[in-house]
Amino acid sequence: MPAQTLYDKLWSSHVVSAEDDGTTLLYIDRHLVHEVTSPQAFEGLRLAGRSLWRASSILATADHNVPTTAVKEIADPVSRLQVSTLDDNCSRLGITEFAMGDRRQGIVHVIGPEQGATLPGMTVVCGDSHTSTHGAFAALAMGIGTSEVEHVMATQCLISRKARSMLVRVDGALGPGVTAKDIALAVIGVIGTAGGTGHAIEFGGSAIRGLSMEGRMTVCNMAIEAGARNGLVAVDDTTIEYLRGRPYSPDDSEWQAAVAVWRELHSDAGAGFDRVVEIDAATIEPQVTWGTSPEMVSPVGGRVPDPAAESDPVRRQGMEKALAYMGLRANMPITEITIDKVFIGSCTNSRIEDLRAAAAVVRGRHVAASVRLAMVVPGSGLVKAAAEAEGLDRVFMAAGFEWRNPGCSMCLGMNDDRLAPGERCASTSNRNFEGRQGAGGRTHLLSPQMAAAAAIAGHFVDVRTLAA
Amino acid sequence: MQKFEVHQGLVVPLDRANVDTDAIIPKQFLKSIQRSGFGPNLFDAWRYLDEGRPGQDCATRPLNPDFVLNQPRYAGASVLLARENFGCGSSREHAPWALEDYGFRVVIAPSFADIFFGNCFKNGVLPIVLPAASVDALFRAVEAQPGYRLTVDLPAQKVRLPDGSEFAFDIDNFRKYCLVEGLDDIGLTLRQADRIRAFESARRTAQPWLFKEGAR
Repeated sequence: MPAQTLYDKLWSSHVVSAEDDGTTLLYIDRHLVHEVTSPQAFEGLRLAGRSLWRASSILATADHNVPTTAVKEIADPVSRLQVSTLDDNCSRLGITEFAMGDRRQGIVHVIGPEQGATLPGMTVVCGDSHTSTHGAFAALAMGIGTSEVEHVMATQCLISRKARSMLVRVDGALGPGVTAKDIALAVIGVIGTAGGTGHAIEFGGSAIRGLSMEGRMTVCNMAIEAGARNGLVAVDDTTIEYLRGRPYSPDDSEWQAAVAVWRELHSDAGAGFDRVVEIDAATIEPQVTWGTSPEMVSPVGGRVPDPAAESDPVRRQGMEKALAYMGLRANMPITEITIDKVFIGSCTNSRIEDLRAAAAVVRGRHVAASVRLAMVVPGSGLVKAAAEAEGLDRVFMAAGFEWRNPGCSMCLGMNDDRLAPGERCASTSNRNFEGRQGAGGRTHLLSPQMAAAAAIAGHFVDVRTLAA
Repeated sequence: MQKFEVHQGLVVPLDRANVDTDAIIPKQFLKSIQRSGFGPNLFDAWRYLDEGRPGQDCATRPLNPDFVLNQPRYAGASVLLARENFGCGSSREHAPWALEDYGFRVVIAPSFADIFFGNCFKNGVLPIVLPAASVDALFRAVEAQPGYRLTVDLPAQKVRLPDGSEFAFDIDNFRKYCLVEGLDDIGLTLRQADRIRAFESARRTAQPWLFKEGAR
């Protein structure tokens, strides 16, 4: 058999049927569901008189609309209806749901792996573009639209076409204070937000191997910001150890057989990729975005770029619009940008390792007086409990952070956590689009360590100098 | 779903790259549990001068006169001309729902984000990829000529210009078939239910741990 990529293996093992034009019916093992992109799919099924193909493949939770303050009920009636619609659909159809108030509730891309519901070799879909996160487990995981959610519910299959393959190889050692988030932003800075369009990206190399599962999830999460529907990392000991003993993980009686299958989930030596991008980990510095697209990113020691130096007219116009929206001057040092709010959370950076890293920076320090709000939103109830057991909540609160309940929160502000017009936020989330965190809000993406450092300083600062 | 065969319509140019799904339909409007009614909030933050909230009467809101959709010459446009990486960002199908509800049937761009591109086909909206030079030419033509209309012939895979010239475009056979016929692809897939069942059964035997049910 010719050498195969990891993507080839995952793809070919799920093909139910394929047409001559490449249209393929792909079997789906796991379907994650949240309240925003599912109601119309459930309604579509009901109107067509169709039933769920396999209810046990679905794990549901409410995350986008849920409040992060200690309230029992959602104040906004429209949000409340969307969440209660999910509750009703799940109970009516026998779907497992971690509803508000369940200690396992949280961001769908945090709870899937946490529960072992995302396993190597699976196909995983969710009506959410950040489903690419689950590729960290060598699962073929992709975001889908609501029509596709309905299709998977009814047929357990997705109509798809095989993507091209890209290998992003990050070799070498990351410097101190440089994280998985910085790898992701640096990669997007190199290949652009459309660089991965039409591709499945496998992340490899020694720097990726050296990441924890949390770090690998951060990198795969951001694959979609590079335009790629799938991010992938091969299975190794780190993957296997993470999965041991989780609720949906294989039982002891099946564990060895499962591990034997998982050990094959890597690209074969000599497998060909359509595109290979190589990055030296040692050259990556802590990153901060300055614009309204994740590719508008700079090392923290850099400056806001000057549109006048850009020769391409469409790009120049995009930079001018971004600087006007962001209220920034060309050529100003990134470290001179002052912030109003700090958000540590989201499906990119709300796992226990992220919270530990941020807490280590703020311990014994205090949020700058000029910062109006600094908040930490754990990714799930279980992450929150783990952090509290380690005393991280007390570290954050002593430093002046708010310690909130789990949810998507200010990553997109569908609940009450939003920026006011003109407010500037240091955010560990994934998108700095106009209005993403609130109409007129200005988002700068960065790692949890860098967000924590910015909270202390009141402006962007190289976390490596703060730690000294 | 509406069938799509030949469509002729007024073209509106949206001259910026990387138009994301948050711009197409901002998050506060994703709380609806309906599929329809998103058109008045299409491009909400660019289209209106006030901050949009769900349930407003958009007819009374102040319009941003600088936004291209608000210019009288483009009223009633049904073909959106756009730049690179249109529809990047989230998987929200609310984006094509909003475009369709506004009245768009065609989006032409040099490239689209993958998830958005697929979502359009499910909603009777045809996304057409043309070479950057052709898109540039269309931008120049639309701006130079008020009332500029294009004819999109899906069966022939052609975009016809008013001067009689045409651009060919590619499309997957299956997507074309579903759009031309206005077909529900769930029904088509369920014709293969026996194959799906056989695949599933073999998979359950080989890797039973994939079918484990978690604690309720």
